[in-house]
Amino acid sequence: MRKHTRTMRWLVLGAVLAIAAAACGGSDDSGGGDGGGGETFRIAIVAPSASNDLAFTQSIVDAVNRVKDERGNIEVAVTDGTFVVEDAAAAIRDYASQGYDLVIAHGSQYGGSLQEIAPEFPDTTFAWGTAADTFGLDNVYAYEAASNEGGYVMGVMGAMLSKSKVIGIIGPIEVGDAKLYVDGYAAGVEAEDPGATVNINYTGSFSDVGLASEAAQAQIAAGADVLTGTAQMVVGAVGVAKDKGVLWFGTQSNQTSLAPEIVVASQVYHWEVILDQILDQIAAGKKGGETFKIDLANDGIVIEYNDGFDLPADVKQKAEETIAGIVDGSIDAG
Amino acid sequence: MSQFFSQAILIAAVAGGIRLAVPLLLAALGETYGQRSGVLNLGVDGVMLLGAFGGYFTVLELGNVWLGLVVGVGIGAILGLATAFISVTLGAEQGISGIGVYLFGLGMSDLLFQKLVGTPLPIESFPKVPLPGLSSIPVVGEMLFQHSLVVYAAFLLVPISTFVINRTTFGMNIRAVGENPEAADSVGISVARVRYATVLIGGILAGVAGAALAIDLGIFQQNLTNAQGFIAVALVYFGAWRPLGVMGGALLYGMVNSIVLQLKTLGIIPRSWSDIAAMAPAVITILALVLVARRFRQPAALAKPFVRET
Repeated sequence: MRKHTRTMRWLVLGAVLAIAAAACGGSDDSGGGDGGGGETFRIAIVAPSASNDLAFTQSIVDAVNRVKDERGNIEVAVTDGTFVVEDAAAAIRDYASQGYDLVIAHGSQYGGSLQEIAPEFPDTTFAWGTAADTFGLDNVYAYEAASNEGGYVMGVMGAMLSKSKVIGIIGPIEVGDAKLYVDGYAAGVEAEDPGATVNINYTGSFSDVGLASEAAQAQIAAGADVLTGTAQMVVGAVGVAKDKGVLWFGTQSNQTSLAPEIVVASQVYHWEVILDQILDQIAAGKKGGETFKIDLANDGIVIEYNDGFDLPADVKQKAEETIAGIVDGSIDAG
Repeated sequence: MSQFFSQAILIAAVAGGIRLAVPLLLAALGETYGQRSGVLNLGVDGVMLLGAFGGYFTVLELGNVWLGLVVGVGIGAILGLATAFISVTLGAEQGISGIGVYLFGLGMSDLLFQKLVGTPLPIESFPKVPLPGLSSIPVVGEMLFQHSLVVYAAFLLVPISTFVINRTTFGMNIRAVGENPEAADSVGISVARVRYATVLIGGILAGVAGAALAIDLGIFQQNLTNAQGFIAVALVYFGAWRPLGVMGGALLYGMVNSIVLQLKTLGIIPRSWSDIAAMAPAVITILALVLVARRFRQPAALAKPFVRET
């Protein structure tokens, strides 16, 4: 009997350790500096992949940190890796009940949970994206990215750089800013070179790195010499592109570090542009009810060229012209 | 459709299917040993993740892919022994404790990655080794014989495992312990020792599977395996606890995945069908293997801890 209790104790200890480790992996409290006077503004981020995924999650974490550096007196908490929606919902509720001023639910898949949770915490502001719907709630902001615009610009560049005139796009699931990006890129290629072939494959997953790698192999077998893709899984595809000497265009975050030889440019999300507006509105007493969008015109979307890549001058010039055209409305990026 | 039958695409589809099958094959072969001896280990994915991070980090720091694989072996061995301790010595409920190991591996691999590496950095991959003679056979050579040594080794493990399980004393002990541990015990076979050995083998192969995956992809990311360890456990069931069946399942799963990707790329599967098509590998593999596997039954003592009656 005594032996049995000891066994149980070990098991419980093991389980606690395992759960603690899993929890640690998913959260990273980068405590805020309580600098000047006034109350510290507390922002919490709940996001599906890793804070340094070089993609979707990193884009919001970087942005919040930039806002924090600029404004000061902001405390930031991050729970990342919540690819399970129920886990995200629990984290969102936790932060709200801890009295965070702004809780950012960074994933369109979190909308349903937010719609339930937000009315219970009228003093908390929630922001979620990428989405356009605030559910008619006055403490919810929605935010989205005109990822089609950067996609379009880079599609134009891709069409000019491709020799085989076959361009491959690797998508995750056909929703949200991924769909916008893929369609924008294809439209850019089509506009620059209507004769070029655009092959699009959606892998059916945001996170399957192995599948993304094989998707790139499939694209290259079908003749592509320029590739792009979106979601955190694309780190697998970039590796294949590098091996095969095929060009890559990144999106969401700057992906140059993955393969400095072949990354031409990246569309980078600068959410701080709209975060600034949201924080101003909260300071003015408005807690939600509005949708924001980052795009080329408000500098929320920026094309970052890889300085190490020898980009022909005419391609760069055409890219800049395309950006100007989208901003002044003379080009429709879809 | 005719486009699909072009040589380059057929070669890419088959070679891709093989690449996708290898981590599943390694992990599932390891799990086969454990299950044949009566131990269900659901922690495979957690072991794969830690093996993947360990292998990745070693290559990142030291630049030697084989050392990365060795670290995968080491991590797999440690977690295999831990699993054996929990399942065999402590006689824990195997389903639950396996999930514990999985959560531990998932959380710990990500924690270590965040603290030690941070932003994903690319690493070197295994060199491709075309087999002399065989690799120059047109079409087939490119499909089958221009892979890395890890790929050949994984497939070589299939006949070796079949031989070990069916033709050696150790294999006989494994089967005896998995079917009727009381009888095995009464003729002097140490149930605990046999199960420790099989779970250790399973841990090592899971660790290697993870390391091979990360090094082959040349990158690590949170939850890199994307639940491949669970698919591996399922393949053991559907492969009817036989190495050859397990290989068939892993290959079928990899091939269907790879072919679906090619068909999507060429637009033969329309985009509106993309999400449904993404389920095809799992559905087809399950259907095929259920048809094959229903003639076989599972080891009688599977997932039952052995307690000697005194």
